[in-house]
Amino acid sequence: MKDNLYREVILDLYRNPKNKGEIKNADFEAESVNPLCGDKVKIQLKISPKSKIIEKALFSGSGCVISQASASLLCTYIIGKKLPDIKKINSDDIIKLIGIKPSPSRLGCAVLSLKALKEVVKNAV
Amino acid sequence: MDKNTSLNVEKIRADFPILKRKIYGKPLVYLDNAATSQKPRQVIEAIKDYYEQHNANTHRGVHKLSEEATEIYEETRKKVANFVNAGESSQIIFTKNATEGINLVANSWGRTNIKASDEILLTEMEHHSNIVPWQVVAREVGAKLKFISINQNAELRIHNSELQEYLSSKTKIVALTHVSNVLGTINPAKIIIEEIRKFNPEIKILIDGAQAVPHIPVSIQNINPDFYVFTAHKMLGPTGVGVLYAKKELLGEMEPFLTGGNMILEVTKEKSSWNYLPWKFEAGTQNVSGVAGLGAAVYYLNKLGMKKIAEVERELTSYAIDKLSKIKQLKIYGPNNLEKRIGVISFNIINQTGKLLHPHDVASILDGEGIAIRSGHHCAQPLMEVLGIEGTCRVSLNIYSTEEEIDNLVLAIEKAKEILR
Repeated sequence: MKDNLYREVILDLYRNPKNKGEIKNADFEAESVNPLCGDKVKIQLKISPKSKIIEKALFSGSGCVISQASASLLCTYIIGKKLPDIKKINSDDIIKLIGIKPSPSRLGCAVLSLKALKEVVKNAV
Repeated sequence: MDKNTSLNVEKIRADFPILKRKIYGKPLVYLDNAATSQKPRQVIEAIKDYYEQHNANTHRGVHKLSEEATEIYEETRKKVANFVNAGESSQIIFTKNATEGINLVANSWGRTNIKASDEILLTEMEHHSNIVPWQVVAREVGAKLKFISINQNAELRIHNSELQEYLSSKTKIVALTHVSNVLGTINPAKIIIEEIRKFNPEIKILIDGAQAVPHIPVSIQNINPDFYVFTAHKMLGPTGVGVLYAKKELLGEMEPFLTGGNMILEVTKEKSSWNYLPWKFEAGTQNVSGVAGLGAAVYYLNKLGMKKIAEVERELTSYAIDKLSKIKQLKIYGPNNLEKRIGVISFNIINQTGKLLHPHDVASILDGEGIAIRSGHHCAQPLMEVLGIEGTCRVSLNIYSTEEEIDNLVLAIEKAKEILR
């Protein structure tokens, strides 16, 4: 473990996650499972019918600090973007968002929400 | 510590080069032995010596090296047979691991003998390796899987004729673990087998001994299963070598699992006849260096004595459970009775705010302290479902584990609780 993986910013998001919850009439949603631990993250999106911009992005599911914090950060990151923009997001962007590169065994936790998001895009096309 | 039950742990630790490693500048505390054990120098040297002095293909050449390699390979088979009291060594088949042993039985014996609407009886505490091969066979032939459930003490519900409730005239095979890789529970394999045979002597029984053979004395002839599997890498040996024991009569009837070189007597363009036991089940060039390593591991364990190893590990398990139990809001999953368990201790922690600490987070923070534990579902997802949890933290001991390491573990857990509050 890198010492600063569990930095206060990350731990704060774990304790009081932003963008956590369920959207009742989501336009798009998808789920991803981490086969290592069985953690599940669901991402739901609400998209403006006119501008096609993501107005709301929420995640749900339980998980470790890393998966919860990165899901929270990812949701913030994509609000205001359009679906095609999401295609370009990769694991490096997630690392930038959480501010540290997790060890290989924990990278799966960090990108769990991204995997769900990619599913959303795939379903949307 | 009583002199009778003590082993010189410092001397043992000196045999394991990896235990000198520093992790992030801190001494390695290796508590993930149920995943794989570390290897003593004697095992590493045996592999090196094999490659430097004896390397050749076995059973093929008439030259000196080939004869030496064959001798190392076949002598280890005898050593292994003796080690687990398996009777004739031709009943010992070398595989890649325990998983391959189970796959061999499921494919060779299972596909021929399990028919539509037959039943395969497993338990809720099986590792995926003793579930998935049976699921595949069951799906293919239209058989049904049943599971013996566990009680609050993390033991199988088999007492007071509960076991008979799971058996029927359709039951073809019962496959169960000797020791749980999550709960540490030692299942009374001998009693279970006797009861199954009383119900119907035709039912075959496979025991997964992957977690048992490294930690408790195992006598296969005493337990008397039809099949018994284990793996070298959990018993101080190298990766890539496993063992399948099977009764001679069954091996004789069974079709080979893998086919190719060395497992034949004669090959024509049209057909082949199978080699004698055990070679009928060992197709292609085998992991001879790995087998040499396994031989050294068996020698090492024998020298310490499995009875003594079990006693010493039980004392340390007692110490560890005692210390861990003192941590507030820490729940241990597994039998309380030390006679019924080994040093595999699964637990979860609730923090001050009532939140379950995710095992991955705990393991990551412990890793930062140089402490290696396992976190997650431990390849036993059906068991996790039964327990109503996603996963656990798991500490698993070995002969080189110490009380000081347990003390460090406890301090690190307190630190994790503080960080994840």
